[in-house]
Amino acid sequence: MAGNERVQSKIWVLAEERQGQLAGVGLELLGKALELARPVGWKVASVIVGHSLNELAQRLLSFGADEVLVVDHPLLGSYCGQSHVKVLESSIRKYSPEIVLLGATAMGSDLGARLAARLRTGLSAHCIGLELSPEKKLLALVPGWGGNVLARVYSPFTHPQMATVMPGVFDLPKEGTVLGRIIPLDADVSPEDVTYKVLEIKREADQEDQLEKAEVVIAGGSGIGSKADWEWVEGLASALKGAVGATRPPVDEGWAREDQMVGQSGRTIHPKLYVGIGISGQMHHMVGIKGTELTVAINQDPQAPIFEHCDLGLVGDFKELIPPLIKAIQDYNS
Amino acid sequence: MHILVCLKPVPDPKHWSRLGLDPKTKTLIREGIPNIINPLDRKALEAALQLREKEGGEVITLSMAPPSALSVLREGLAMGADRSILLSDLAFAGSDALATSYILATAIRKLAPYDLILCGDQTLDGGTSLVSAQIAEFLDIPNLMRVRSIEIQNNKALHVRSQIEHGYMVVEMKPPAVLSVVKEINEPRYITFVNILGAEKKEIQIWSSKDLSLDEPWVGLKGSPSQMADLVIPEVKRKVEMLKGEPSEMTRTLADRLHRLGYC
Repeated sequence: MAGNERVQSKIWVLAEERQGQLAGVGLELLGKALELARPVGWKVASVIVGHSLNELAQRLLSFGADEVLVVDHPLLGSYCGQSHVKVLESSIRKYSPEIVLLGATAMGSDLGARLAARLRTGLSAHCIGLELSPEKKLLALVPGWGGNVLARVYSPFTHPQMATVMPGVFDLPKEGTVLGRIIPLDADVSPEDVTYKVLEIKREADQEDQLEKAEVVIAGGSGIGSKADWEWVEGLASALKGAVGATRPPVDEGWAREDQMVGQSGRTIHPKLYVGIGISGQMHHMVGIKGTELTVAINQDPQAPIFEHCDLGLVGDFKELIPPLIKAIQDYNS
Repeated sequence: MHILVCLKPVPDPKHWSRLGLDPKTKTLIREGIPNIINPLDRKALEAALQLREKEGGEVITLSMAPPSALSVLREGLAMGADRSILLSDLAFAGSDALATSYILATAIRKLAPYDLILCGDQTLDGGTSLVSAQIAEFLDIPNLMRVRSIEIQNNKALHVRSQIEHGYMVVEMKPPAVLSVVKEINEPRYITFVNILGAEKKEIQIWSSKDLSLDEPWVGLKGSPSQMADLVIPEVKRKVEMLKGEPSEMTRTLADRLHRLGYC
């Protein structure tokens, strides 16, 4: 099984695997980690935990990992917090990476939180940016709430430094020549460590993907005011053949679905065109649309922060603006 | 069933515009802003009350907060919790997620035996979503996050539906466990005047650090590894062109631009 090859990587990135599929965020983080590590001469490892991982490990190498650390065991075939934490804890204690990164996904958020508690270290959650300080400390960017600021968060005195990062924030690295190597790690796990059993995994409609792949996104905020008026957001989206997005309040109010939420606790999107209606422009939402090519804002309040973060701004009541806008668009389309 | 529910008092979002940031300590100034029960924690309490209705037992709420949180605990009692425990001590101030989870887990150990610990999956303010999993880690019991439904089987096993990317999974686990719930789980009940009167007789215990066997270096600011290095104002790269005129003129200009760019 596992050999005694020395692991050299200072940054470990968890390559999340579920049902034989790699999560995109693990690859995005690998690309970002390589970018952070190169100037300081560090190596980067992709860490994969599961069972029958040969193919996925090869795939991770092709994305540029210096080392792919494989923890393979039949008992690790489906994710369970306690068994995964156990095997990762012992490897982290053995090889002492400086930094451990995970995706802010269902699995990464859970595993990261448990692992940080086990290792008694800090974890910056739901980050939207990563930097390395001159002292080689991990600085994680998180939106500071209530204002248009970002906070740089770090844990300078504990080890390793950990963060979970939102999917879609960083670009996927290119697949290319394999230069790294695969290193199997010990998988010391017994049946008692697997403390729950996954009975069923069910896929639902891929609404999330639709939003992330959409070229046009029309999003509404609390300014829409009611479920009935939410139809204006949907109407403009349908006129422009776009997807519908939302900030948190419309989701909380039940006008929009949870999977339509864009921003720090929702989706990160990169459309060509984004139109925000009745959205004030809180940082929590704006970080989710950073990658937009053309940002249009419609809001009644000329002081709304969104007008500092848009390309085109229209001040006015959306109920007076959207109907003629839809009409004008339809005129062009017909 | 013995169920513990963690309730976090958060500033009422209706008053968020009054929140300020202390430029020196970089902490939030929230003086004078009323607290509410974090909305997802309220759903966790509702889930606990529904389980108690079916299975019998006791529901205890637990909060780590300053004494001003008592009103929020009263509200939890009015909803139907049997009793409440407030963990309150100056030594707890400045605790990050890790230190908070450690303190809560230590208090929970004192309340053993328990079957379930329920939390909200996110809070309106901090939003790190770390505490439920970290409580479970400190207690060395299983946990699930993003929980949509909880069913108790005849053999006392739990069937828990938990949201994952592109869908959900159903997990079978044995109590005790920590579950953090999302919005879909339920609609919390309304509180009536009779409920409020009834709650006045219920007990709220206040525990300080003396009541818990805590390792002091792991508590409060000094027990909190996470720090804020600084605040940055993100650069604005957008053109910020404000369209002028009557609604019809503005929308005409916008539609023309969108047409030229090929969107219509």
